[in-house]
Amino acid sequence: MLKGKSILEPMDMTTAELEEIFDLADEIIANPPRFAHACDGKLLATLFYEPSTRTRFSFEAAMLRLGGQVIGFSEPNSSSVAKGESIADTIRTIACYADIAVMRHPKEGAPRVAANSTDMPVINAGDGGHQHPTQTLTDLLTIRRRKGGFENLTVGLCGDLKFGRTVHSLIKALSRYAGVKFVLISPEELRVPDYVRRGVLEANNIPFREVKKMQEVLPELDVLYMTRVQRERFFNEDDYIRLKDRYILDAEKMQLANENMMVLHPLPRVNEIAVEVDSDPRALYFEQAKNGMFVRMALIMKLLGIEVE
Amino acid sequence: MIVNSIERGIVIDHITAGTGNRILDYLKIDTKKNTIAFIMNATSKKHGRKDLIKIENVTDVDLTVLGLLDPNATVNIIENGKIVKKINLELPKTVTNVIKCKNPRCVTSVERNAPHIFHLMDAQTREYRCEYCDEIVSMKNE
Repeated sequence: MLKGKSILEPMDMTTAELEEIFDLADEIIANPPRFAHACDGKLLATLFYEPSTRTRFSFEAAMLRLGGQVIGFSEPNSSSVAKGESIADTIRTIACYADIAVMRHPKEGAPRVAANSTDMPVINAGDGGHQHPTQTLTDLLTIRRRKGGFENLTVGLCGDLKFGRTVHSLIKALSRYAGVKFVLISPEELRVPDYVRRGVLEANNIPFREVKKMQEVLPELDVLYMTRVQRERFFNEDDYIRLKDRYILDAEKMQLANENMMVLHPLPRVNEIAVEVDSDPRALYFEQAKNGMFVRMALIMKLLGIEVE
Repeated sequence: MIVNSIERGIVIDHITAGTGNRILDYLKIDTKKNTIAFIMNATSKKHGRKDLIKIENVTDVDLTVLGLLDPNATVNIIENGKIVKKINLELPKTVTNVIKCKNPRCVTSVERNAPHIFHLMDAQTREYRCEYCDEIVSMKNE
């Protein structure tokens, strides 16, 4: 039962609940006007303590396309946060006005503090380098629409696997499907954190390999998930500069991949995917961005317990 | 040094020398109201040196944190001058405000009143995981 729940990480949804969300998202994609008034009279609060384009716009567009309204801030300096208000107090206040909230925060676990302080559903829209469950919904919906499901997939994740919150969430979510294998492509310094390697992969006996070169593994992948090396997560600029251009996917490398491999990217990209790849039918990152709005529409409806006849 | 036995209360024995103070702090016993014997660096046949705590007339103390702070300690509940219960210490599943999260990216570094909550991840390695940021802390050397 998703009604009234907070979604802080992918494991907050069972695989059955994920299927419910994806089924609803498919229905919305097939017939958007049917859902145009699903959230009439409902209010979504967006609390963005960190810059965002896609996630914030897609949540706002999702709520508006469901007939609901949106309040919030995208710049913490323009809110009481600048006066030193705690996350707990901010969310308690906002819960007096809104029906559901979305939070992005640079500190890991901030949405959990919010969720622990209110009965209103809180959705984590990215907390530091930790988790990003709704990006995972987007990723999974895109995979499901192309591959029909998740079992027996070989998934390559490439780039910044240490601070890449979308990577952590996606591994967690996919770890529950039979036959899934991971190939983790990153430099030594940007490998997945311990809680993912030991707490998720090793704890569940999921096959995974850690490699440094993309070319050697491309032929075996069903999905290649590219990520950006995130400047904002580094304490040291020199480290960022040294690592930022380590992996660049271009047309030449795409020739090594199988013809059904999906290329996904949570976006924004910098230069880890050459623009020439965009025209390749296997490049699905813009489709992924579009699916993001629909799957968030489905999630909002589920958390608010709204059904459409 | 000789401390008389108690008629009723709790005896925490075989505490690793030097940790008794910390244990007394976490047990949150009102030292103004209760009679407590706290012996530091007593000689021990088993351990060489040990700390020892006797709390008179109190038996309902939350001892969950003890398994985390000193798994070697022994706990006896005394009634009418006799041991009526020996408590086996186990690592607590969850601890609040005992372990501090050291991850500078964790929300607890900025949210003043958020309790520091850790969940047991692996009893063998004595590792705990932060509720908020999933940072893993090993209590092996604590």
